[in-house]
Amino acid sequence: MSSAEPLLTLERAALGFGSRMLWEDLDVEVRRGELIAVLGANGSGKSSLLKVVLGQLRLRSGSARVLGTPVRRGDRRIGYIPQQRLADDGLPLRGRDLVALGVDGHRWGVPLPSRRRRQRVSQLLSSVGAEAYESVPVASLSGGEQQRLRIAQALAAEPRLLLCDEPLLSLDLPHQRLVCDLVDDARRRLDLAVLFVTHDINPILDKVDRVLYIANNRCRIGTPDEVMTSEVLSDLFDAPVDVIRHRGRILVAGVPDDQLYHHPEQVPL
Amino acid sequence: MTGLDTLWSEIFNFSDYAQLLPLLKNSVIACVVLGVMGGLIGVFVMTRDMAFAVHGVSELSFAGAAAGLLFGVSVVAGALVGSLAAALLIGVLGSRARDRNSVTAVLMPFGLGLGILCLGLYHGRAANKFGLLTGQIVAIDDPQIKSLISIAAVVIVGLLVVWRPLLFASTDADVAAARGVPVGVMSLVFMTLLGLAVAVSVQIVGALLVLSLLVTPAAAALRISASPFRVPLLSTLFALVAAVGGVLLAAGSSLPISPYITTISFIIYVTCRAVGPSRGRARAQSST
Ligand SMILES: Nc1ncnc2c1ncn2[C@@H]1O[C@H](COP(=O)(O)OP(=O)(O)OP(=O)(O)O)[C@@H](O)[C@H]1O
Ligand SMILES: [Mg+2]
Repeated sequence: MSSAEPLLTLERAALGFGSRMLWEDLDVEVRRGELIAVLGANGSGKSSLLKVVLGQLRLRSGSARVLGTPVRRGDRRIGYIPQQRLADDGLPLRGRDLVALGVDGHRWGVPLPSRRRRQRVSQLLSSVGAEAYESVPVASLSGGEQQRLRIAQALAAEPRLLLCDEPLLSLDLPHQRLVCDLVDDARRRLDLAVLFVTHDINPILDKVDRVLYIANNRCRIGTPDEVMTSEVLSDLFDAPVDVIRHRGRILVAGVPDDQLYHHPEQVPL
Repeated sequence: MTGLDTLWSEIFNFSDYAQLLPLLKNSVIACVVLGVMGGLIGVFVMTRDMAFAVHGVSELSFAGAAAGLLFGVSVVAGALVGSLAAALLIGVLGSRARDRNSVTAVLMPFGLGLGILCLGLYHGRAANKFGLLTGQIVAIDDPQIKSLISIAAVVIVGLLVVWRPLLFASTDADVAAARGVPVGVMSLVFMTLLGLAVAVSVQIVGALLVLSLLVTPAAAALRISASPFRVPLLSTLFALVAAVGGVLLAAGSSLPISPYITTISFIIYVTCRAVGPSRGRARAQSST
C-alpha cells in the first residue's frame, strides 16, 4: 500500500438509468488529504456518483475502485453524510445515540453498555464541538446542529474517504462556514480524502483542492482556477457562460435555464 | 341509581376474586408475553411510521382467522397466514410511505369484508364469533395459549437479534445502507415479525384494537424519552401494565379483555403526553 496510491479511482466511468445517461467519461483519482467539490445542476447525478462509490449503484461502464479494490457495499473505509435530513419526530435517538450508530450500528444484537463506546462517542462529539447535544433528542435539533452530529457519525468508523452530499443545504452562512471548517479540520487531522457535493462552491472555495463539475452528461475536473472559467463552463454547458470573480467569490452567470440550479449566485443573463 | 350500580358491577366485579385468580393463570401468562412483544415491536412500528400499516395487517389477519374458523382449520394458523401475507405485501409494495398508506388503505376494507363474510357464513358457536374483531373473554384455552406464546417468543427473540441494525435502518436508512446494513432485508425481517406479532395480538385484543398494544405503549414512551434504551423499556412496561392490568380488571366481569386494555393504554398515553416535555422544553431540560 504505497502512500501514492489514490484513495478513489474512477476510470472511464459512465452512469445512466434506462435509456438516460447521467454522465460518462469520468476519469478521476482522488488522493489522500484532498478535498474535491462536486458541482452540477439538480438531477445531474451528484448523489448518484456518491452512491456508486458506496457500491449501491452499478456503473454503466468503466470502473470505480477504493484503494485498489472495486467499490463494495458497507466499506468501512468510507464515511457518508447523506443529503436527507432525519425525520422530525418519533426518533428514539439523542445526539450521542446517532453518533453511536456510526460506531457499531451495523452489529447484530442489543447494544450492551460499554465504557469504550461511551468514550469513543464523547471523543467524536467533542471533535465537532457537539458536546452540548449529547443528550438532546436529535429530532429537536436544527439542520446545522444535526449536520455537526452527522460529521461525527461519519468519522466514527475512522474512514479514509468522506462523502458529503450537500451538507450545506438550508444552512445559514455562519453554519455553512462552520460545517466547512469541521470537514476541513477532519480532513487535515485524519488525512482524509473528501468528496463534497454542493450547489455553491463559495462557502468552501478556500479549502477546495479540485472541482468536479458535471453538466450536459459530461464532467470537468481540475483546480477551481482551471474549471471555474468562462471558457471551460461555456464549453461544458454548450452556451455562453460568464464566470465572474468578485472579492474572492465566484459568480456564474448565463447558465441555460434548464441547467440552472437554485442559487442566488447564479443569475441568468 | 341502581341502574348505574348494576352497570358498575358488570364492568368491575371482584366478588370471589380469590377463587378466580388461579383460573387466570393462562391469561396472565399470555398477556405478559403479549405485553413484552407489543412494547418492543411498537418502538419500530413508531420509528418506521407504520401505525396505519399495523391496522391494515390486523384486518387481513382477522380475515385469515375467520376463514380458519369457517373451514374448521385452526384460527391461529388462519390469522398467521392472513397477517404474514398482508405484512409482506405492504413491505414489498410500500417501501415509500405514500405507497404504503395507499396499499394499506386498499387492503384494510378488503380484509375486513372478507372476514365478515366468513363469520356470516359460519354457523358454529356464536359467542366466539366477534371475539376476533373485538377481543376475547378472559379465559384463553390451553392449546391456543401454547402456540400464542411460542409465536410471541419468536418475535421477541427475533427482535433482540436484529435490534441494532434494525434501529439503524429504521431511523437513518441512508447511512445504515452506506455502513453495510442490509436495509431491504431488515425491512422484510421486520414485516415478518410484525405479521407474527399482529396474528398473536388479534387472538386476544381483537383485530380492531391491536393498535392499543402494538402502537400506543411505544407512542407513549416516545413522548417522555428519546433514549434508545429507555424508550423500549418504558414501552414494554406500559404494554405490560395495560395487558396484565386488563386481564386482572376484566376477570370478574363477563366482558372481553380488550376495553380494559385499550383504556389503560390510553390513560398511560394521555398521562405521558401531559407530563412529557414539549419538544422545545425537552431541549432546554436535557441540555442543562
Ligand atoms: N435508482 C434510480 N433509478 C432511476 N433513476 C434514478 C435513480 N436514482 C436517481 N435517478 C435519477 O437520476 C438523476 C440524478 O439523480 P441524483 O440524485 O444523482 O441527482 P443530484 O445531482 O444529486 O441532484 P440534486 O442536486 O437534486 O440532489 C435524477 O433525475 C434521478 O431521478
Ligand atoms: Mg443529490
